[in-house]
Amino acid sequence: MTGVTAAYSLSPRIPRYLRAEQERIERVAREYGLEFFPVLFEMVTYDQMNEIAAYGGFPNRYPHWRFGMDYERLSRSTEYGLSKIYELVINNNPAVAYLLEGNSVTDQKLVMCHVLGHVDFFRNNFTFRATDLDAPGRLVDPMRGQTESYDPDRRWIDKLANHGSIVRRLIDRHGVDKIETFVDTCLSLDNLVDPWLPFVSRTRPSEPQADDVPAPVEVPRFRAKEYMEGFINPEEYLVEQRRKLEAAEARDRGRFPLDPVADVLGFLVEHAPLERWERAILEIVREEAYYFLPQAQTKIMNEGWASYWHSRLMTERVCDATEILDYADNNAAVLATSPGQLNPYKLGVELFRDIEDRWNRGHFGREWEECDDLEEKRSWNNRLGLGREKLFEVRRLYNDVTFIDEFLTPEFAIRHKLFTFEWSNRADRFEIQSREFRKVKEKLLYQLTNRGNPFVDVVDSNHDNRGELLLRHRHEGVDLRADYARETLAALVRVWKRPVCLRTVVEGKPVILRFDGKEHSSRVES
Amino acid sequence: MKIDQDHSRFRDIVRGRIRQNLRGYISQGEMIARKGKDRVSIPIPEIDVPRFIHGSRQGGGVGQGEGKPGDPVSGGAPQEGPGGRKAGEGTADHALEVDVTLDELADILGEELELPAIENRGESRIPSEREKYTGIRRTGPESLRHFKRTYREALRRSIAAGSYDPARPIVVPQHDDKRFRSFKASTEPAANAVILYMMDVSGSMGDEQKEIVRIESFWLDTWLRKHYRGLESRYIIHDAVAREVDRDTFFHTRESGGTMISSAYRLAAELIDAHYAAEEWNIYPFHFSDGDNWSMDDTLACIEQLRRRLLPRVNQFAYGQVESPYGSGQFIKDLREHLGKDERVVTSEIRDKDGIVGSIKEFLGKGR
Repeated sequence: MTGVTAAYSLSPRIPRYLRAEQERIERVAREYGLEFFPVLFEMVTYDQMNEIAAYGGFPNRYPHWRFGMDYERLSRSTEYGLSKIYELVINNNPAVAYLLEGNSVTDQKLVMCHVLGHVDFFRNNFTFRATDLDAPGRLVDPMRGQTESYDPDRRWIDKLANHGSIVRRLIDRHGVDKIETFVDTCLSLDNLVDPWLPFVSRTRPSEPQADDVPAPVEVPRFRAKEYMEGFINPEEYLVEQRRKLEAAEARDRGRFPLDPVADVLGFLVEHAPLERWERAILEIVREEAYYFLPQAQTKIMNEGWASYWHSRLMTERVCDATEILDYADNNAAVLATSPGQLNPYKLGVELFRDIEDRWNRGHFGREWEECDDLEEKRSWNNRLGLGREKLFEVRRLYNDVTFIDEFLTPEFAIRHKLFTFEWSNRADRFEIQSREFRKVKEKLLYQLTNRGNPFVDVVDSNHDNRGELLLRHRHEGVDLRADYARETLAALVRVWKRPVCLRTVVEGKPVILRFDGKEHSSRVES
Repeated sequence: MKIDQDHSRFRDIVRGRIRQNLRGYISQGEMIARKGKDRVSIPIPEIDVPRFIHGSRQGGGVGQGEGKPGDPVSGGAPQEGPGGRKAGEGTADHALEVDVTLDELADILGEELELPAIENRGESRIPSEREKYTGIRRTGPESLRHFKRTYREALRRSIAAGSYDPARPIVVPQHDDKRFRSFKASTEPAANAVILYMMDVSGSMGDEQKEIVRIESFWLDTWLRKHYRGLESRYIIHDAVAREVDRDTFFHTRESGGTMISSAYRLAAELIDAHYAAEEWNIYPFHFSDGDNWSMDDTLACIEQLRRRLLPRVNQFAYGQVESPYGSGQFIKDLREHLGKDERVVTSEIRDKDGIVGSIKEFLGKGR
């Protein structure tokens, strides 16, 4: 641990009594079964906290104005007493977490417990395997690191600091305006990533070599005895099929990529005609986007898990009697639900508690599902005691989407008064739409899928045989925000250096939006 | 801090945005809110990185709490949903409130309207007092204690007393060792300026006309304050007679009498005589009216006043004529006819709120 500390030159500067608390809390947490990376706590002032938070937790990032904007927003809201950041922890090995100077000891303990929950989640949840820098190749085994000795390379602090110095060097060479504009351009595209990319090993069988003669098309036939062949696979049918397949192949031969690519950023890094410095920046933005992806995919779970553990650790082992009120006060503030709104911390922690309870009492499985007797269900208790085991399994194998999909139950939705709301044009306000479980769940899942982002893929890099890039938006009921879509197309044109088209749906009609570098146009597709 | 550089880049962008929209802010005066003595807060369109995102309102979301279908969702607009966006990212009509100092605002105004800097005519002989923390005293509040000096005194005393041990260098300051920062008042000569606002409050000047004057005076103030540290403003209203009033009264008084502009000019000249020696002060009279003077005789009296008593002493005399449905607008023509060649006189016609920008430029464009 000391060696690691030295390598990071981020020696934990916390007072001795907190250091003692940290050791005690870590010991307790291990007894409960949490497995976390070493954690370096650092004590910072409000100002430093705001600065680090503006940089997304990293003390060294590439320079960009949006960090300054976030900083202004954060420091304004601390100034006005609207909010303050209690804790900040980075998915890094060793993990780095910041404590706010001037917080009470109870608060610091609370933060430490909370942070250990997060770090345990970083280490064990499968989505975060994608941030292992030493993962073999592109294929990351989601189950990697079941063992206790799992100690991946996640030196992201170093990596992001390196990105910072690369960008700074580029700024020295090319001027700040040019670089900043291009960073802006790349950031416009940083949600066009494929969350499953790190886990996909499937690649297409290699294409036939650059022969001019395409391989003959094989028409699949049904298996038939010889004398039945003419009936089961009639000749004219085979000819027609061959024609169709050949036509499709001729069309596909010109098309690249063959299958839609969700990793738009990756596609651009590889195939856009970029200068070296441009490619360097695009790659940096892409890498960081993929780094932050798991956190976006597991927001509810991650916060829920950390909150679950801070409350267990604090109330069962860490707090003494004098502190418990302070703790409860703070905890209530963190988990408060303002009327009508859904607090992800709260939703997560309640779901985890519900899972624990259900698996302790056997509220799962076929027998439970098929039971129609409400009275029996109410008093159902098999005393299985599987809750804890299940909890740890869930934190390892799920992300927000699968978590909600599997563990949100009608009983839970009723108990927590969940509803869906919708914008009412008539009343000019958001209105409660329904309390039907199916709709609540559907809506929640819908919001979480792809982190609330629209699905956009690269479909063709030589659209209309003019070297234009064609993207496809998979419309799922909600239109894109039009002004942003136009500006994003413009950003794509700056990267692709040729006109870019987006196939989408606007007000129920299929439309192709196109930007050629000068003018935006939209054409309704027939 | 590292963030400072990024923060100042962001401020640059903000300044650029304000500059882009400046004409809009000027013609819609209520957008700019005063904050404290020398700051204003301005709403600007949200600065954000555009991405492919869902249009905001179609989606709806999931909430928690009481209510039945059809009830409004309480607690304001709900969040975008747990998997969605961070606060402040997303909704279209989300404006960003930014604070800028009046000085910055004046710079932006100057850049956008290409205003020349004002050449200082005054003699800079008016002393103005400034307080600087340069001195050291033996008494004072703990918050002003000078650590280094205090430590030095304590060290000196303990060495002199022989109680200092280099092997265990512990120095404990005593009461007498304490030193405190103290301010010294220094007087510096400063260029001072006075703005004399004069306004016609006769019946034909309606609320809209006054609003125009109010907005315009804000920008004139801002610009001149940037150039003169000690800027004073005096306010004169007139119908058939003139009187000096405070700022609030100035913008809210409505009389119904006739109009004798010469009364205001006479009062202005008296004020200057009494308080503002021409060789020490930069004097800026601004007069706003709908141009409907009582009689030609009075107009001639005005011109006489200007020629003889006002123009020789002022940096610039500015007349803004606000168009009103009742005014004849004759006065500006008369002024131009008689004094059009005098470069100390600036006249400007302000048709409506959109005309404010142009008239500010006319008033301040000479750099006098």
